[in-house]
Amino acid sequence: MAPEIVLDYRPLWAVLISLVAAVLILLTGEKNRNLRETWTILAAFGKVAIVFSMLPMVLGGQVLESAPLYVAKGIVLQLRADTAGMLFAALASFLWVITSFYSIGYMRGHHEKHQTGYFAAFAVCLSATMGIAFAANLLTFFVFYEILTIATYPLVIHKRNPEAIRSGRKYLAYTLISGQLCLIAIIWTYVVVGHGNFQAGGFLTLDHASRGMLQFMFFMMSIGAAVKAGVMPLHGWLPDAMVAPTPVSALLHAVAVVKAGAFGILRVVGYVFGPELLKQIGTAEVLAWFAAFTIIASSLIAMNQDNLKRRLAFSTVGQLSYVVLGVSLLSPLGLLGGMFHIIAHAFMKITLFFCAGAIYVTTHKENISEMHGIGKQMPITIGAFTIASLGIAGVPFIVGFISKWNIALGALQTGQWLYIVVLIASAMLASTYLLPLGYLGFFKKSDKFTHYGEARKDMLIPIVITATFSIVLGILPNFGAHFYDLAAMSAQSIIDGIQLIGGGW
Amino acid sequence: MREQFPSLIVVVPLAAALLSPFIAYFSKTLVRWLAIAALLVSNISAVAVLIRVLNGGVWHYHFGGWAPPWGIEYVLDPLSATMAILVSFVALVVAIYSGPYVKDYAKLKAGIFYSLFLLLSVGLVGMMITGDVFNLYVFLEISSLAGYTLIAAGGNKATVAAFRYLLVGTIGASFYLLGIGFLYAVTGSLNMVDLAERLLPLLDSRVVIVAIVMIMLGFGIKMAAFPLHGWQPDAYTYSHPAATPLIAGVMGKVPAYAALRFFFFIMPATAGPVHKALQVMGILAAAGIIIGSVMAIAQKDFRRMLAYSSVAQIGYIVVGLAIGNSLALIGGVLHIINHAFMKSCLFVVAGGIRWRTGEYRIDNYMELNKKMPLTMGALIIAALSMVGLPPTAGFFSKWYLVLGAIEEGMWFYVAIIIISSLLNAIYFFRVLENIYMKKAEKEYKDIYKGRKLELPLQMLVPVVVLGIGILVLGIFNESLVTQVIQFAIPGGGL
Amino acid sequence: MLDFLTNSLIYWLFAILFLLGFFGILANNNFMKKLMAMNIMQVAVIIFFLLLGQKLGGTLPVIWGTDYVVEHYINPLPHALMLTAIVVSLSTTGVALALMMRIQDHYGDLEEDEILRRMNK
Repeated sequence: MAPEIVLDYRPLWAVLISLVAAVLILLTGEKNRNLRETWTILAAFGKVAIVFSMLPMVLGGQVLESAPLYVAKGIVLQLRADTAGMLFAALASFLWVITSFYSIGYMRGHHEKHQTGYFAAFAVCLSATMGIAFAANLLTFFVFYEILTIATYPLVIHKRNPEAIRSGRKYLAYTLISGQLCLIAIIWTYVVVGHGNFQAGGFLTLDHASRGMLQFMFFMMSIGAAVKAGVMPLHGWLPDAMVAPTPVSALLHAVAVVKAGAFGILRVVGYVFGPELLKQIGTAEVLAWFAAFTIIASSLIAMNQDNLKRRLAFSTVGQLSYVVLGVSLLSPLGLLGGMFHIIAHAFMKITLFFCAGAIYVTTHKENISEMHGIGKQMPITIGAFTIASLGIAGVPFIVGFISKWNIALGALQTGQWLYIVVLIASAMLASTYLLPLGYLGFFKKSDKFTHYGEARKDMLIPIVITATFSIVLGILPNFGAHFYDLAAMSAQSIIDGIQLIGGGW
Repeated sequence: MREQFPSLIVVVPLAAALLSPFIAYFSKTLVRWLAIAALLVSNISAVAVLIRVLNGGVWHYHFGGWAPPWGIEYVLDPLSATMAILVSFVALVVAIYSGPYVKDYAKLKAGIFYSLFLLLSVGLVGMMITGDVFNLYVFLEISSLAGYTLIAAGGNKATVAAFRYLLVGTIGASFYLLGIGFLYAVTGSLNMVDLAERLLPLLDSRVVIVAIVMIMLGFGIKMAAFPLHGWQPDAYTYSHPAATPLIAGVMGKVPAYAALRFFFFIMPATAGPVHKALQVMGILAAAGIIIGSVMAIAQKDFRRMLAYSSVAQIGYIVVGLAIGNSLALIGGVLHIINHAFMKSCLFVVAGGIRWRTGEYRIDNYMELNKKMPLTMGALIIAALSMVGLPPTAGFFSKWYLVLGAIEEGMWFYVAIIIISSLLNAIYFFRVLENIYMKKAEKEYKDIYKGRKLELPLQMLVPVVVLGIGILVLGIFNESLVTQVIQFAIPGGGL
Repeated sequence: MLDFLTNSLIYWLFAILFLLGFFGILANNNFMKKLMAMNIMQVAVIIFFLLLGQKLGGTLPVIWGTDYVVEHYINPLPHALMLTAIVVSLSTTGVALALMMRIQDHYGDLEEDEILRRMNK
């Protein structure tokens, strides 16, 4: 079924609304904090309303396209809401609402400096994320991808201390270099094809360039996306970027930025090269190996991290590679699982980061070894943390299980048993590095945390919401935004004609 | 009147330049407005010319009614009209910007400053639109002489820099003059259109080859292309701060544009000696891009850093010429325009910082974002554009250059451009890091506590206009390319 | 030999003059000498242009009675061009002298190495 294309400017509004908010935030400044925060909240709600208003149409098989903006000869900037883009946009915009409230609580509770710049940069990041989700061609994608790189930089260096500056430099070095490599491949695509419009199932064929050249292009483009997705050995910036304030780590380094990388891989694999071509040139397999390696290695590293946020960072590195692995399996269920893992991991990891932030603001503890008995003080926070940890480990009825189940089935579809072993091993490793906090928090005796003192309300409520969603989506994966359907529809459109069989939920 | 627009572009600022020392005798304010008004007229005429040219095709304007090839002819095609707009616009903006600098001058000094400034603009605009190779030499020398003096106005170090530039610049001009002498010897013509016809059968003769080499040397020196850039860092660093944006932003680009005219319009560049010569220039430019960027990283003085970065950026333009297909030429021409905006913006900002805090060393650029947020906003945009990140203007010229290079299979240049943008990122983010993250020491804070935050309005407006201009050029470059540049490129129309 | 003397020698002389000036600018350390060398170079270019207009047996390009034969007059165009070039050369020299006076005032010297040493101090 060919999708029906509708001219609609809502994707554009979704991008612009937070850009406008960023300007308003900058103009308002520190003097009127409440007004400044109002802009953030308004933009967040506005964005989520715009994005979700498009949802029924997209689910109905329509594709919303804004009119192209001709930026240069033969190349256009265009936004288009298709199923895969919708999936990512709905996720990011919804979580921004929650994170906005949490941010305000965190920043005020922590008396952070430079709050105006923080909120403005955050809003710009969200604009860029929307742009990435709705990009209709490679150039648009790249433009927003680079905006995201730049807009995240002030957030990484938020603390302005030498450590933050060093991390910022590292972040820029990784992302800019990879971005330039990606750019070469993108320009090359434009030269050989004449356009870069994403198309489900890919638009490059062996007619366009020789096998070796295509392989080279694939790796260049993948490097661009894989750096943000933290695939080893390109993950170096991610743990260091954890010096940023926790809401940044939560939304950007668990959802927006890194997922933009994973989403980029999805676009490259599914919409530029296409499974058919990749099977012929055999490069996706290499990507899958890297992803599998990352899943195991990062889990092993995460076990040795005492700093909670760093441990979560390495967990993120591993979990993102699930997405990459699922996508690069090139089987329908693998694609489905990979895409759904973008959602699943987002809800779980944002919960974990929210909890880490709540603990930090309330008790000023960052290391797991100092958190013995903390569950007595903050039972709800630690409870939510435990739920999310179980989800990461892949326990049924929590959202993480669904995606892993589908990825595993996808591996079976292609007959690659090895990846199933990887998935199981990683699930076990995940439970060893994440569950201990729940255990230590609730069952270890300690006299440090005697009085009851939960986190601030504006931080606690987001935690509860995201934890709840992790469970609800685990039971009803189509609840709310029909994420599962969106993922299934995208997978189907990429692998046209192949019926989605099995896959349970 | 309408028929005379091309001459107005040049004559009005020229007349104003001659008048300004006398008018300055009566009023300094008046002379400032005279300069601004003259450049405005020049700018409007250029726009009018462009509109007419876009509708009615190339306009051959015979100066004084003398028919070519004996009389001097102005050739106004979409490209030269656009370039004239570019030069007169940047000159106009910088003229506004110069106000606060001139305010404290003695009357005569102010008059002479504006006189020289206008002469510089006249020379540069004239080079853009003239259709006569000797007339081009005259304009080149007008702009150079005004340039030497404006550079020398920057102080004692500047005088030495200006003198050294004068020597080197005269060598360059002599080479150019000798080159066109050789061409004249074999063709008997100095008119560009005429030359193009007559040169065609003679291209492989030894005289023409020598002429090509000499002209290339001449322009190479004037545009500070590597390795002929030795004069440039000192000159840009020490020159008069109110004139630097024009000198650095436009003066180097005009000879680059003239080279484009010479090697692609007068001579066929796709084969023969011109092609070979351009290949050599391309390789040298590639080396210049890398060396210029590396040298820029090593600098402590912001202005000097920008000067070295100009060496690299000129390299982009030359690389565009060296690749030589229409995409790369579009990239090169677009980069002339973009870089004029970016560099003027950066130097306007550098001058503004110096004006407000007295600092020009990057290490001392601390917490400037709190003192001058709008200026720093412009700086960020310009810096991102220099690095070539979308959606700023710099990205798109890079895009076309790389597109052209890949199409031609010249991977060497692709690698150079990419490496260079990363090097650019290093030195610009270093500056931004200093501005946004270094804590100002206490005494520094105290000194500047009482002062007003931003720059005076006259300086702030140019800063903001140029900053926004970079974004606008980036987002709307499509119309520029398809409506203007594309038609102007030999073999254009893609 | 006669052929060389009548046709080529003058061009060789011009080339030598030009290169002499070029060499002088590069090799001298004193700004004044550099300026003089620059003038020599400019004069060489001017002479070259004048050579282009020259014709054997030609006379001043002013119409002589009823003689309208082109070959009887030298080509006036290079002369006209060189008038402009001389003006340019003159003004360049003027600017250079002015700059040099300021350099002398401030540094008390016109030797390049000495000035550069003080400038970068």
